[in-house]
Amino acid sequence: MRWVRLKAVARKEVIHIIRDVRSLGIVVIMPVVLVLFFGYGVSLDLKHLPIYVYDREASEQSQALLKRFQSSDYFEIVRVVNNYSELAKALDDGRAKMAFVIPSDFSEKLRAGGTVSVQALVDATDDNTANIIIGYTQALVQVYSNDVQLEWLQRRGQRVQPPPLSVETRTWYNENLESSAFIVPGVLAVVMSVIGAFLTSLTVAREWERGTMEQLISTPVTSLEIMLGKLVPYFLVGLFDAGVCVVLAIFWFQVPFRGTVMALLISSALFLIALLCLGFFISVVTKNQLAASQIALVATFLPAFLLSGFLFAIEQMPQFVQLVTRILPARYYVSSLKMIFLKGTPVAMLYPQLVPLAIFALVLATLATRIFQKRLV
Amino acid sequence: MNTEDRSVLIESLVKRFGDFTAVDHISLETRRGEIFGFLGPNGAGKSTCIRMLCGLLRPTSGRAIVAGFDVAREPESVRQHIGYMSQKFSLYNDLKVIENLHLFAGLYNVPRDLVGERIAWALEMADLKGKEAMMTGTLPSGWKQRLALGCAVLHRPPIIFLDEPTSGVDPISRRQFWDLIHQMAAEGVTVFVTTHYMEEAEYCNRLAMIYRGKMVALGTPTELKQKSMKGELLLIECEPLGVAVETLQGAPEVLDAAVFGNALHVLVPNAGKETARLQAYLVAREVQVSKIEPIRPSLEDVFVALTSEREGRKEPV
Repeated sequence: MRWVRLKAVARKEVIHIIRDVRSLGIVVIMPVVLVLFFGYGVSLDLKHLPIYVYDREASEQSQALLKRFQSSDYFEIVRVVNNYSELAKALDDGRAKMAFVIPSDFSEKLRAGGTVSVQALVDATDDNTANIIIGYTQALVQVYSNDVQLEWLQRRGQRVQPPPLSVETRTWYNENLESSAFIVPGVLAVVMSVIGAFLTSLTVAREWERGTMEQLISTPVTSLEIMLGKLVPYFLVGLFDAGVCVVLAIFWFQVPFRGTVMALLISSALFLIALLCLGFFISVVTKNQLAASQIALVATFLPAFLLSGFLFAIEQMPQFVQLVTRILPARYYVSSLKMIFLKGTPVAMLYPQLVPLAIFALVLATLATRIFQKRLV
Repeated sequence: MNTEDRSVLIESLVKRFGDFTAVDHISLETRRGEIFGFLGPNGAGKSTCIRMLCGLLRPTSGRAIVAGFDVAREPESVRQHIGYMSQKFSLYNDLKVIENLHLFAGLYNVPRDLVGERIAWALEMADLKGKEAMMTGTLPSGWKQRLALGCAVLHRPPIIFLDEPTSGVDPISRRQFWDLIHQMAAEGVTVFVTTHYMEEAEYCNRLAMIYRGKMVALGTPTELKQKSMKGELLLIECEPLGVAVETLQGAPEVLDAAVFGNALHVLVPNAGKETARLQAYLVAREVQVSKIEPIRPSLEDVFVALTSEREGRKEPV
């Protein structure tokens, strides 16, 4: 391998990236846009859910209960109405996620020490949201119910027994349960999929389409020199973009970074190598820019999005899909990212993520080199 | 020929793609400083042959030694000692002239202290001085072609392969390009060039005519014109041409008849004897003959005669 030839190819590739407005845009702007987009746009936290209330009693007690809802971060009482039809309409229109009804005998029954049912009509078009609403509502009502009981007992001068069981929760790693803390690091996987596989999938196919590959290989340059010369610039670009994402995550979105830069660098480099080689491989096989970029998107970008654990927990996927995720480099990368950022897992403890990534990198690099050599002669 | 001569030696070279034989047992050798032409129609196998000689395609069988290296076994050594210009001047359009030159200087591993000098020489030769900063994509095709040649010879190879170097280039640029080729050959570079332009073939020292993968003739343009024709050529200007050519193809003592422009070229065993007889033959068949005279064959006549001979039938190609 000659350094001079490798450098000549790499320099040319850098010029291609810089001169092509589209690729430059993807390299410079896309990471920032994606981080901001996911950081702000995709929030899995449910807060300030709009609810409508029909308080049929309007007593002191019913107001006390509603106050609990109002002061909670999770709900926002948008309107108080006087009939069912308005409630139904609000749910139909999507103006309310939940309609809450307090019966007219609310305080009376409470005073008598009986059980009162309050009604919650929940919009369950999104089952996940509905479940969360039901959970929040039950929790709020439960707390209120306990307080009422307590008061009732005290008023009768009875000694108050503390409840026999209570759960003390501490949320570790993501103390404030902010979804951005686990989403934003995962954006790295998406960004790198675009840089790694999508951009490189175009580079070799372009040379074949324009006939420049023929001229290139008529020189003494070897297939390995061409491959490395083409991939090294994209490798550096990928690491640079990873850096941009990390800086934005830490300083803009205040995502905690508890791990080491070394761990982040190693896992990112391995993931990037695997993707670059995959993109290169696709490009060599298709020899066509359009086909190559489509395949690269389907093979890397979509899995990074949907199946990597970036947005959706792998544990909740069907068994078969869970098996599929095992052959996706993005899965191991996203998992290592979350551990590095939130848990501060050291390199030595990351082997369940790093070993598969290294295997992917090695296998894909070998495949890409082999197929490229074959296609040249 | 001694392989030390660093030229081209081909022995029974074959390339098959599945059932199709693109190059069919071609054997030849070139001398140092020679301009060797490969003449034939599109799809005849010229490019396939050149691509094998450059180590870009593996031969199915046979042997080819280029610059002293076996193309099948040492393709990389071959590539270090040749320059190659593919059909569509495949330079990078988004690179500047000077950037393309630097790229190829790097690819050919031109020693660092020589790079500046070689690039200056290539710019001078290609008449592109002062155009270094131009974007390659914006160059007229004649300039691009000279730049491609400049890039291909930065390492001063003893042999250059030019695959249809002048297709799509205007006649003046084409002439300028051939001057360049002659200049290089004079400096001792062997030039291997494919073309389907007959007038370009005349510029070559020696020619191989290629038809359907086979070499149908080999020699200097003059030799080919004198020896390859099995007969003598008559030019006949007459009216109507279509009727005349059909009539003549069936006429006795006519080896071949073909339309060239607004006249016929007719191959006969003896021009002196046949002139009067053919005139009478045509007039009897209501063809008006305005001119009939013996002419010297062009390369095109040679090619048409040789290929229709291969076809085993008498018809214009």
